[in-house]
Amino acid sequence: MTKLTAAIVGSGNIGTDLMIKLMRSEWIEPRWMIGIDPDSDGLRRAKDAGLEVSSEGLAAVLDKGARPDMVFDATSAKAHVRHAKLLREAGIQAIDLTPAARGPYVIAAVNLQEHLNSPNVNMVTCGGQATVPIVHAVSRVVGVSYAEIVATIASRSAGPGTRANIDEFTQTTARALEVIGGARQGKAIIILNPAEPPILMRDTIYCVMDAADANTRERVRESIHEMVQQVQTYVPGYRLNREPIFQDELVSVSIEVEGLGDYLPVYAGNLDIMTAAAVKFGEEFAKHRMAVKK
Amino acid sequence: MAYKYQIRLTDVTLRDGMHAVRHQFSTEDARAIASALDGTGVALIEATHGDGLGGSSIQYGFAKETEEDYLRAVCEVVRSSKVAALLLPGIGTVEDLKRAVACGVQAVRVATHSTEADISAQHIEEARKLGLETVGFLMLSHMTPASVLVEEGRKMASYGAHAVYIVDSAGAMLMDEVRRKVSALRDGLPSDVEVGFHAHNNLGVSVANSIAAVEEGAARIDASLCGLGAGAGNTPLEVFVAACEKYGIDTGVQLYSVMDAAENIVRPRMHRPIVTDKASLTLGYAGVYSSFLLHANRAAEQFGVDARDILVELGRRKVVGGQEDMIVDVAYAIAQEK
Repeated sequence: MTKLTAAIVGSGNIGTDLMIKLMRSEWIEPRWMIGIDPDSDGLRRAKDAGLEVSSEGLAAVLDKGARPDMVFDATSAKAHVRHAKLLREAGIQAIDLTPAARGPYVIAAVNLQEHLNSPNVNMVTCGGQATVPIVHAVSRVVGVSYAEIVATIASRSAGPGTRANIDEFTQTTARALEVIGGARQGKAIIILNPAEPPILMRDTIYCVMDAADANTRERVRESIHEMVQQVQTYVPGYRLNREPIFQDELVSVSIEVEGLGDYLPVYAGNLDIMTAAAVKFGEEFAKHRMAVKK
Repeated sequence: MAYKYQIRLTDVTLRDGMHAVRHQFSTEDARAIASALDGTGVALIEATHGDGLGGSSIQYGFAKETEEDYLRAVCEVVRSSKVAALLLPGIGTVEDLKRAVACGVQAVRVATHSTEADISAQHIEEARKLGLETVGFLMLSHMTPASVLVEEGRKMASYGAHAVYIVDSAGAMLMDEVRRKVSALRDGLPSDVEVGFHAHNNLGVSVANSIAAVEEGAARIDASLCGLGAGAGNTPLEVFVAACEKYGIDTGVQLYSVMDAAENIVRPRMHRPIVTDKASLTLGYAGVYSSFLLHANRAAEQFGVDARDILVELGRRKVVGGQEDMIVDVAYAIAQEK
């Protein structure tokens, strides 16, 4: 079967993990890995895996005539603004893993099919991929006036891009809690924990519900469990730490995300949930593109 | 008398003190306390939600007033001191900071966990561009070796911080550790970047620790009226000023004025006495973020467990500042085991 080709821009933690996952895909062939640091571990691994590598940036690679079917951007919000323009002009599908949010948000468990025709989609943030599905699980049962999430990740899983983008993380995640999660108001908090051995990614999701009678609570509880199972289809290490706790109109959900350990060890579930969601979108896009072509 | 040392004091009653009143100070309270502090000689008056800009939340507790109302109330009455806001990257943003500046804030303290200074680059650089007096805050410094504190402090200085603090958020440090860490940071920072120290009184040594810090070169010390602050409170401003007088440290603060402010203005507004009760003592003993105190007491009640067991377990898990959600999870787990 022919696969669509992909380029990965950004050879840091996210880009490298993404490459390892794409190499397993039945629908996508990762062919280019583009970074800025020729000595980066990511570019070295890409070269070893037989990808075409460049340390000159996306513009140079496109100038040389490369035309991938899709480009995964794992650089920074600032860099993506430039990349988005280049890709739009070249007519190449952009899958944006930075918090730049030029295109519509895609949360794999919630609206995977919605933006298959959009030339640039944004994968929100790791915290968004982990928590928006839960808010959506609540809001599909009962109105949510306010959703707040706290994402705690191991310091070692936060690369320089994440660290330089911390405001964009909280702002983009909060917005996605509203736009995709369905909360009328959203707030996001991120915390880095340096403990050794590193902790698994954990997220707490609070939703203030419009109703909290026994029947609603039971339906919310069931909806959350269903959603957790759905996320597990592409992130097997996604799980509840405990049953949801209800207190008046508030429901509090605590989850943990254990990664597959593709590039960074399993504690970096934040990496996995982001890259797994991006791969999932890429594959849906590939299926869609091939079906249209037929 | 001739003074041996000269320092500047930052009052945190209206910020750290917010933890002790569950962020429920009204704009009236804020005005009264800020007015009482202004003119006493404190250099900075810090006012924000206890967890800084953007801190009002389910996770940390909603404040009584909006951030802007609270800050405006303080800025309106303060004439001779500067008003500072606290900002924890990951909770507050540069946008929040700009709104605070529009309310009249002239200084900011940017706080990260003591190993994560690089998440403050964006905020410190922006603060300098906004013309603010800018201070870096290395929280939970007791968890981090002196050599690492120096590296992290240098990062904050390189982004533009005018001063960097050793912050004993858990009130877990004793005098020898304060001396070691403050002197290491003093030696490691450029001479034009000041060193500061922020104490909590969970082991009953906030005043002694602060004096030790001054002897090792700290030029800025934090304190609050009546010690109002998270856990067993901060260094009590009026006590510290009196001790400094006797010790030959010039704080520039008038002793009677802060005694009066503590006694007449703050004490009547306190929700609970600032004492080293068994839970706040456990914070210092187990090395846990002081703001966890009231949350742990609440979870202890909700799940029928001992707050001390929750705090000791949080210490064992090396939970850091801001992880208040872990309190409920740990309390839940302890209750399940029973």
